[in-house]
This record gives sequence, structure tokens and C-alpha cells, in this order.
Amino acid sequence: MSREKEEAEAPMIDLRPLRPVGSRGLLRLVRKHWDRPVFFSLASISIVALGLIVYFIFREAIPLFREVQVADFFGSQWRPTSQVARFGAMPMIVGSALVTVGALGIAIPLGFASATFIAEVAPGFLKDVAKSVLELLAGIPSVVYGFFGLAVVAPFLQGWLHLATGRTALTASIILAIMALPTIASLAEDALTAVPIAYREASAAVGATRWQTIWRVTIPAAFSGLIGAVILGLGRAVGETMAVLMVAGNSPQITASFLKPVRTLTSGIALEMGETAFGSTHDHALFALGALLLLITLAMNWAAEGFRGRLARKHGR
Amino acid sequence: MTVRRIVRAGFAAVLVFGILGVAFVVQAADVTMTGSTTVLPIAQAVAEGLIGQIDVEVSGGGSSVGVAALIDGTTMIANHSRAMKGSEYEKAVANEVYPFTFQVANDAISVVVHPSNSVEDLTLEQLKSIYEGSITNWNQVGGTNAPITIVSRDTSSGTYETWETIVMMGADVDEGAIYTTSNADVANEVSNNTYAIGYVGIAYVTPQLKALTVGGKGASIETAINFSYPIARPLFMSTNGFPSGSVLEVILFVLSDAGQRIVQDVGYAPIRVLP
Repeated sequence: MSREKEEAEAPMIDLRPLRPVGSRGLLRLVRKHWDRPVFFSLASISIVALGLIVYFIFREAIPLFREVQVADFFGSQWRPTSQVARFGAMPMIVGSALVTVGALGIAIPLGFASATFIAEVAPGFLKDVAKSVLELLAGIPSVVYGFFGLAVVAPFLQGWLHLATGRTALTASIILAIMALPTIASLAEDALTAVPIAYREASAAVGATRWQTIWRVTIPAAFSGLIGAVILGLGRAVGETMAVLMVAGNSPQITASFLKPVRTLTSGIALEMGETAFGSTHDHALFALGALLLLITLAMNWAAEGFRGRLARKHGR
Repeated sequence: MTVRRIVRAGFAAVLVFGILGVAFVVQAADVTMTGSTTVLPIAQAVAEGLIGQIDVEVSGGGSSVGVAALIDGTTMIANHSRAMKGSEYEKAVANEVYPFTFQVANDAISVVVHPSNSVEDLTLEQLKSIYEGSITNWNQVGGTNAPITIVSRDTSSGTYETWETIVMMGADVDEGAIYTTSNADVANEVSNNTYAIGYVGIAYVTPQLKALTVGGKGASIETAINFSYPIARPLFMSTNGFPSGSVLEVILFVLSDAGQRIVQDVGYAPIRVLP
């Protein structure tokens, strides 16, 4: 074959194996035989750490049930320092649920709308600006959000809605929504952008308007990614401690009203953590709350992944 | 071949647990102090007074946090605004920690409301009923027709413990109350909420708050020193055993005239009348 043809037919990527530096010495030995153990150990650190955390939390939580019945643990009275101590976690479970539902109710519509705007509608420069703003929002520490909620949102809500106090589930929901919004919007935007352009082109080819394309083609196609965005936002909302501790009022009462102060599982642990001497019943109760939180998070992730898998298969992505 | 495998596996295990095990931070401060948020202003002022001589690291978290830290050995001085409990002494001794307590100041817990509130005085019984939830409207205690919003402290707070002992006398605070994490947080909520009632150490009473008299007695340095104000209490610093070295110097400084003048400047009552 002529030289030019040979060059034209040569592969564009150099597939020859890399020659290691110091090809005869210790370095070659290390690279050849030790790379797997090293990478394996580094990867397993996170698994081992997680395992240890789960083990220790459950180890400290189980002793509670020698002194408190499981049914009492799901009771409605949380009074750890009373003459007759009660460790009913239901007010905090309800509080967590209320605040999370509220937060997602605000963050999901806003997040999806922002994502759709950035992915589908915004012109180039606006897209970059919006994405940068989202990154910025995601980077603000939670205590700053809490402070903002305390200084601005709580007094505003109290005045506007004539409440007994500005520290309510609604305030916490609003702050959590602002915190979860960048996560949801960013991931949803990634999911929407990942939809192949061929889908949009095909949709336009059959005469659909831009809105019809977005609503009936792009969004369904990105569904599993959107669910993933919701899961992560949900995780952020359920796990948030500092901001909720500062603005939710921390009342251990069971209520369905967004306009009353509530206590969540996370802020319940943070609020009373300092009081407990290691090994006391109260201490075990707080670990039990932590274990409950772990279980709820695991169950949530598991259910959401299962849901996502089914939807992905159904929608073909 | 097998030996190599074992060695590699061993190396992997060492790496994993080695990285996980490296989690110790060396304390840089000479003296660490933690605990009551009521004692905190005193502790901070003392630390400032000792700048250049002794490096004192101060943090809050509540009396129970401080005592627990002393028992665990993570702090040198525990600040607390309530006496240590029997159970805490037992845990300490079990940990071979022998607490030695110094009374460093006197404090009065002031009952505060929003400045626009017309109420001037409440009795201990009325305060108990309000915090229990049996009195729910300001007009039941001489104010306008408005709901009462109760602000209380978290259970790790010495201020809460004192309130529970002297005012509540063992009764539970209403579950609908707002629980806050510090004196400053109570002050923040009460100064922004016209319906609220709360309790703070006298050092935290600002012009944005209105302090009520309790049974006719006002909270002040004089009534705190002679305990004529009903909700008055001593403030403590505890060490592990009789202190020595830098810790002893810090304690001696707090108890000296200079230190007691600092206590007074910060807004608390000293433990003796100063010359």
C-alpha cells in the first residue's frame, strides 16, 4: 500500500500500551501488582465507613427498647426530662413529613419550571447566567439560609398572616424549598438536556409546537432523570438540620397545620444532643431517632430507585 | 503467589483502617471552656481579659453540654448555670473525673415580653400557668385580648433547668411552646413578636425587650446578690479535681476583683460586694 493510504487507514487513537516510566524497577512492580489492592481499598473506605456508622447508631439505639416499648416510641408525647419520661417520636415524624411535603410542594414545580426554562427556552447568555446563579444558590451554607429565614421570612410571615409566631412549618418549608431548588433544578436541567436532539427534531417534523414538544416529548423522555432530581431534593429536605432548627419553632406537637411550630427528627436530635450523658435512656432515645431517620432515608431511596427503574423501562430510557 | 496475595490484602486493610483511623485533632488552646450559654458572656469576657497571657477557648451549648464534656474529658472547665445532678456526679466518678465546683457569679432570670405589651408584673403562679398552657390569653393576666406565645429553652439549657425547678416546679412546659437554642434566640423571638413571653439571663435584656417584675420584685444585680428576686441563681465553673496550672490561673482570675468586675460589666451580679 502507498504511504498516504497507510496513514489514512491508521486508527486515530493510539492503541499501543503505555510504556511505564522506570520500566524495569520498583515502579513497574507497583503499577502491575498493587494497583488493584490500592484502588479496592480506597473504594471500600466509604462502604466500611457507612457500615460502621450504621452499626454504631443501631448499637446505641437498641438499648432504648429494654426500657421503652416499641409502641410507646411511636406515641404522641415527647417529654424526655419529665418526672415520668416519655419518648414518643410521632410529633417529630409528623413534623418531618409536614415540612418535607411543604418543601417539595414548592421546590418541585419551581425547580422543574426553572429547568425547563434553562434547557429549552432560554437564549445562550441567559442560560449561562441562570446556571451560574443556581450553582451559587446550591453553595450557600444551610446556617445562612436559617439566619435569612429567622431575620426575614419569619417576621414577614407573622405580619402578613397574623400568626402567633413566625416560626412555623411553613417558614421551614419555604427555606427548605430554597435549599432544595438548586439541586432539583440543576439535575432536572441535566436530564432535559440529555434528551437527544433527534426527539425534538422528530417532534417538530410532525408539526408539534414548542410547548407540545416540551410537555409531551422532552419531559416524558427525561422522566427517570427528573425522578432522580426529586429524590435528591427529597434527601436534602429530609436531612436538613440547621436551618429547620432555627426557624421551625421546635414544638413537639402533632399538627397538620403549616402555621404552627413543629419539630423534625433532625432538629429534635440536634436540640437535645447536648443534654444527654452517654448511656442514659434519653441518649438511647436520640440514637433511636437517628436510626429511624436512617431507616426512613434508606426506605425512601429504595422505593424511589424502584419507581425510577419501572418508569425508565416504561418510557424506554 | 499466596504470600503475595496475603500481603496485598493486608496492605489494603491497613490502608483502609489507617485512613479511617486518622481522625484526631490536637487541641491548640491552653484552656478549654464549654457549657452554659448564660455563663458564656462571662467566659468570653474572661478569655478576652487573658489575651496574651493564656489562650482560652470558649464555646456554648448549654449547661448539660458543659458537664457532659467535663465527664468525657473533652473540656477543662465546664460552665454551668445549674447545680450538677446526682446522676452526673455518679457518671463522673465512674469516669474517674472528680468535679470541683466554683461559684463565679450570680444571675437573675428575667421574664421578658415585647415592649408594646401592657403587662407589668406576673406572679410565679401565673408564670407557671402560662407555661403549662392553662392560661392562653394575655387578657387573663391583665393585658389585651391576644394569644400568648410561649418561648422556652431546649432541655440542655441550665436556664431551662432553673426555670423548671423554680417556676414550673416539675410540671411540663406546654408542647405548643417554641423551643429555642440560646438566650439570644429567646431575645430575638420575643423582641420580634408582640404576643411572646420568654425568659433570659439578665445579661441578655436589651432595650428591644421589656422585663417584667415577678411578684413585685424586679431582676437586677442587687436582688440577684441577695436572692430577693425569686428567680435568681448562682453560676458555676467546674474543673476535674482541684485545678492546677493554666486552669487554676483562669479560675483565680475569675474569682479575683478584676474578674468580678468583668462579671459586673457583662451584666451579672458578682459573688460579693466589690470595693
